[in-house]
Amino acid sequence: MEASIAKPTNYLNATHGAASWFLTKDHKRIALLYLISVSIFFLMGGVFASLIRLELLTPAGDFVSSETYNKFFTMHGVMMVFFFLIPSIPATLGNFLVPMMIGAKDLAFPRINLLSWYIYLVGGLMAVSAMVMGGVDTGWTFYTPYSTAVSNTHVVMTGVGIFIAGFSSILTGFNFIVTIHTMRAPGMTWMRLPLFIWAHYAASLIMIMGTPVIAVTLLMVVLERVLHFGFFDPTRGGDPVLYQHLFWFYSHPAVYIMVLPGMGVISELIAGFSRKPVFGYSFVAVSSLGIAFVGFLVWGHHMFTSSQSIYAGLIFSFLSYLVAIPSAIKVFNWTATLYKGSISWESPMLYAMGFIGLFTIGGLTGLFLSAIGLDLHLHDGYFVVAHFHYVMVGGTLLAYLGGLHFWWPKITGKLYYEPFAKVSAVIVFVGFNLTFFPQFILGYMGMPRRYHQYPEIDGWQVLNVLSTAGASILALGVILPAFYLTYSWFKGPPAGPNPWGVTGLEWETASPPPTANFEETPIVTRPPYAFTNEDAHV
Amino acid sequence: MSEVHAALADHGHEHHPRLQHHFDSLEQQLYASTFGMWVFLVTEVLFFGGLFMAYIVYRIWYPDMFVHASSHLSVPLGTFNTAVLIGSSLTMAYAVNAAQRGARPREQVIWLFGTMVLGAIFLGVKVIEYMDKITHHLVPGPNFHFEDPAYQATAQIYYSLYFALTGLHASHMIVGMVILAILAYKAAKGQFTAEWYTPVEIMGLYWHFVDLVWIFLFPLLYLIGGAH
Repeated sequence: MEASIAKPTNYLNATHGAASWFLTKDHKRIALLYLISVSIFFLMGGVFASLIRLELLTPAGDFVSSETYNKFFTMHGVMMVFFFLIPSIPATLGNFLVPMMIGAKDLAFPRINLLSWYIYLVGGLMAVSAMVMGGVDTGWTFYTPYSTAVSNTHVVMTGVGIFIAGFSSILTGFNFIVTIHTMRAPGMTWMRLPLFIWAHYAASLIMIMGTPVIAVTLLMVVLERVLHFGFFDPTRGGDPVLYQHLFWFYSHPAVYIMVLPGMGVISELIAGFSRKPVFGYSFVAVSSLGIAFVGFLVWGHHMFTSSQSIYAGLIFSFLSYLVAIPSAIKVFNWTATLYKGSISWESPMLYAMGFIGLFTIGGLTGLFLSAIGLDLHLHDGYFVVAHFHYVMVGGTLLAYLGGLHFWWPKITGKLYYEPFAKVSAVIVFVGFNLTFFPQFILGYMGMPRRYHQYPEIDGWQVLNVLSTAGASILALGVILPAFYLTYSWFKGPPAGPNPWGVTGLEWETASPPPTANFEETPIVTRPPYAFTNEDAHV
Repeated sequence: MSEVHAALADHGHEHHPRLQHHFDSLEQQLYASTFGMWVFLVTEVLFFGGLFMAYIVYRIWYPDMFVHASSHLSVPLGTFNTAVLIGSSLTMAYAVNAAQRGARPREQVIWLFGTMVLGAIFLGVKVIEYMDKITHHLVPGPNFHFEDPAYQATAQIYYSLYFALTGLHASHMIVGMVILAILAYKAAKGQFTAEWYTPVEIMGLYWHFVDLVWIFLFPLLYLIGGAH
């Protein structure tokens, strides 16, 4: 019916052919390349999670051998942590939105952005090759001396894969930092930046300062395995615990690489669906930097039981409590934003509410674990597993799904079928809680992690069956969006520039946006989330 | 096509051919590139930082071993290499200066090439030192042999650190020399002018950083051995 009117040119239809995608320098297309690849890794990690839950359905180790089970949980962790959670929000939503939200045409270094995707792919393929050739059984933490001297699985190849993928993360963070510093549109002052940008800025700081440390640490492990260097070898006076220090110096802050961008998403969602500026904007903004800073000082709480001095433990315990403050600032301020807001319950808002609830539980149980006395009991048990899944899955995954739903109309220019999205949000929430809440109880009762069997006592099997049932529901909840979102891309009604009626530069341009993002460079005159003229004069 | 013309007309002035489309001005582009290199160098500091951390821990644990193990390094060769690297920083600074002034291509190439030559001398000396360690069985692993049996085990930690730190440093120099070669080729074609000299500028930052790492490595590895 509109055959006479030429379709407007956007980033999706501006050029055609495989080369126009695989050699693109457009941050929006690179975001889509990342979206597809992280989804594949998420699927692989999910398959291993299902296998783990299947084994734990019964107390006896009757599904796979303990060696195979060790490989399952290792590959689950490696795929999910390094190849899904770390790049998930920054490399997809962040890549798409960081330039748009600050009114720039692209990231500062478009070629490096494309390079980061290829590096990610090479690293990922190496890890997958290691998996196909027989896998690795050290746990995603690669603790020495097991990883350097004992394990005869593919530690080197997996390690090199993670080493390589780390550089893609460094380059993404590096690109964001430079872009946010140098490419803001006229009038886009630091205190007018959307909170999504602040969160990505803080996460980027961790990416550029933490990731190189894990890179060099894995390099040391590889040197020790291949060339018989002796950094962590106790027979030569080396210290395996030094490995743990170096590993967690990155891997604890890495949790904040995962969750900070998620927090940025939630700030946008809460403001958008409450039709209000985020309460205490500057506190929420600066608390991101606070989390990044304090997050670098808490790694020792992973070593309360690893021969660390009691005084070091005391300090790390205190600092771990401290990191709760900026996190709590965010949760309180989001809640305060809801107060007297015009709240509407579209699907992204359901995810946001889920995030707040689950992240709060994840955060508060983190305080349990920061207490040395309690940690001695809970260490290396299912309480820990439940805790970090509440933060990583309940936090990051829900924020990722919420953000994907929120910006999907912008990315594709199409609307998905909202009732499906609402149902899947509820399924994810229910399935998640059913999976992981029983694990808190199991952990408290003493069930250790990383074993493929458990004794038939105290109703442990009932709780494990609940957990496995929950995992099946959760799987359904995360697979559903793949169908209705993909369907909407082809058959969905056009979204228009601003389907949610929210603020932000990305909503002021067409959906999907033109290749240069804006017809002309926007000039910013208002603070973010200015829904009314009153808000605009804050 | 008409849209393209409209877009061009919109800008109203001629663009420098080196200005990428997503930047507004050459100044912004230079700022982004230079700032980017500084951010990258922060990453590099942390990259070396992990190994320096290991060095600190083991130096505190085994101070005597470090002294003994270090005395097998050649201070004259280390000193020579330090002088060579500082010299290469000087030629690099001249190369940046020549590009900033938009000096004749010949002059730019000479300074870039000179930096490469000094880098190659450094690496050549490094190879001699490595060969010496190999022949004296000072490479950690099953063939490691240390004259004082008291340090047979722990001295391997020192040499693990020595090879990892200097090897990582040398690999950075090799990368730098490849980039220098590319820059020299571009300089020969007269691509760097007073208006646009960004690659030489940020290469200078990188090269000075790599030199600076050596300035730390030299005393920490070579000069702790005392009189030998």
